[in-house]
Amino acid sequence: MSTTKLAHKAKTGRTATGRTGDKVFSGAALGAGALIVAVLFAVALFLIVQALPTFAAPASEITGGKGFISYIFPIVIGTLIAATIALLIATPIGVAVALFISHYAPRKLARGLGYVVDLLAAIPSVVYGAWGASFLASQLKVPYAWLAEHAGWIPIFAGPASSTGKTILTAGVVLAVMVLPIIASLTREIFLQAPMLHQEAALALGATRWEMIRMAVLPFARGGIISAVMLGLGRALGETMAVALVLSSGPMIASLIRSGNQTIAAEIALNFPEAFGLRMHELIAAGLVLFLITLAVNMVARWIINRHKEFSGAN
Amino acid sequence: MATLMTERKRSALTRGRLPKYTPYAIAASAVIVAAALMALVGFNVFGWAVLSAVLFAVGNVGSSAIVEGRRKATDKLATSLVVGAFLLALLPLISVIWTVLVNGVPGLVTPGFLGSSMNGVTGAVDNASVKNGTPVLGGVYHALVGSVLITFWATLISVPVGLLAAIYLVEYSAGNKFSKVITFLVDVMTGIPSIVAGLFAAAFFAMILGPGTKTGFVAAVALSVLMIPVVVRSSEEMLKIVPNELREAAYALGVRKWRTIMKVVIPTAISGIASGVTLAIARVIGETAPLLVTAGFATTINTNVFAGWMSSLPTFIYTQIMTPTSPSNPDPSTQRAWAAALLLIILVMLLNLGARLVARIFAPKTGR
Repeated sequence: MSTTKLAHKAKTGRTATGRTGDKVFSGAALGAGALIVAVLFAVALFLIVQALPTFAAPASEITGGKGFISYIFPIVIGTLIAATIALLIATPIGVAVALFISHYAPRKLARGLGYVVDLLAAIPSVVYGAWGASFLASQLKVPYAWLAEHAGWIPIFAGPASSTGKTILTAGVVLAVMVLPIIASLTREIFLQAPMLHQEAALALGATRWEMIRMAVLPFARGGIISAVMLGLGRALGETMAVALVLSSGPMIASLIRSGNQTIAAEIALNFPEAFGLRMHELIAAGLVLFLITLAVNMVARWIINRHKEFSGAN
Repeated sequence: MATLMTERKRSALTRGRLPKYTPYAIAASAVIVAAALMALVGFNVFGWAVLSAVLFAVGNVGSSAIVEGRRKATDKLATSLVVGAFLLALLPLISVIWTVLVNGVPGLVTPGFLGSSMNGVTGAVDNASVKNGTPVLGGVYHALVGSVLITFWATLISVPVGLLAAIYLVEYSAGNKFSKVITFLVDVMTGIPSIVAGLFAAAFFAMILGPGTKTGFVAAVALSVLMIPVVVRSSEEMLKIVPNELREAAYALGVRKWRTIMKVVIPTAISGIASGVTLAIARVIGETAPLLVTAGFATTINTNVFAGWMSSLPTFIYTQIMTPTSPSNPDPSTQRAWAAALLLIILVMLLNLGARLVARIFAPKTGR
């Protein structure tokens, strides 16, 4: 009698808690998902709300005294220049590093190298910044002087070259070093996914290794490479510390080897700690612009990845 | 007779090919020629290595183009370029690590560096230590405490939210519209510039608690904006590869869905989830920009994340370089900055290695 009662009680008890447990758990899971959506909207919302006073303020009170557009335009251009330099350097080298690890290096070495690349992607940006400011900048002084002397007629190499080497070109090179491991590790994943049968077929037909890569690997990986580069671009655009430490900023100039130019992220990091009132709103507005630019870049990257997913031979 | 036939055949097959020793011969001559050329303009090891490599590549491709034809030569050219790019990529990365080691070790082994804060260490103290040649005073204890606390709180916020969201995506959503929206936004969030995440947290708390609120907790919120997407992505991948048979077996035994998830799905995936979380921690512990705008800087030990400014390792490095404690003698500050950078890299590397270890420890026991 008592045993059946006990068993019954245990059974009903378990069922009841189970049902509530299910509800609570699925509710919590849904809530967490909703929270993520809410956070992203909150990021946009708070930036917009806090940026609004900037747009309402009279043009003369904005830094530079000519309104927000003429304040933000040079640093947007500076951001784009630095990111472009970074990608021009990092893309070919990153793809080649990925190819080396996936198709050229001996297999045992390749695993270790892949791990090293992942580790390098994890080095904090402030360390790269410190390296760029103290080591790389002084190393690049001599090449810059040479460029100013021999290629000075090209506007981007117009002299006199910076005596500290802390220029936008140096910042771009540091950014390139930072995004290189990212591009390399993302494209390596794609190269490893290239269908083995296609590659073996190409080799069996007498293709050399390079012809095999050109015919069977690169066409498969094109979408992946583009999206990896776009993600690297997103990182380069938003990177703060490397630029803040390396670049001695100034007004917008065409020459890459003189001190000058500034990026949005570095502008915020350098000025926000002491900013108050309108200046703070102004910097948040600059952050909003940066947010929108990176958002657009990332969306395009994701769109390419998804399109690539549907059409690739992988599935 | 038969041997003669095979002899002739082999020679026909190997026609138009360079003998096997060619690359070695070219390498040897490239090294010698490079040394000779360098001797003319002034010898240095680095230039010698680069010149030898270039000469080797040119010789290899050139000889192949003459003897083996265009296709083989193109192949060798591509190989040289790929290997060359790889070596080129290694240079700055080795240089970064070398610079940090050389500059960081003296500061890191200075007694009291790990155990003391910057409290009371002023420009005058630094000037005195440079003048008298005494060891540099001041350390990173306050920054280390700050980094650990801020990262701890960020983890405390991000892991439940990220893990639950991943569970929703994999176990509950069944691929509905909302889950697609979440996946897309998580992808977008991965690309948020860290400074923007910092601005968000600063703006958020400025609205709630009044402008200029800078505490460790604000920084933790900023970091969790960066950390959540990483946790979601990695946990999602790990939950997806749990075999469906395990879930079905649990359901067949009458186990509730939430208990199935808690007792079957998560334990199976825990190794991957744990290593994903560790990697996410490694990523945010090195973030500087968001901390700069949310936690401020401090020179004293602050163990309360809810009140007062807080220092952290990355902001410590940044402030020591940008605004040296003693403007006239920046060397002690530089030394502290490099030592902190070395400490930070060691921490990040340990976390990365820890992720591998964690994955191995928590890996579910297989039948064998």
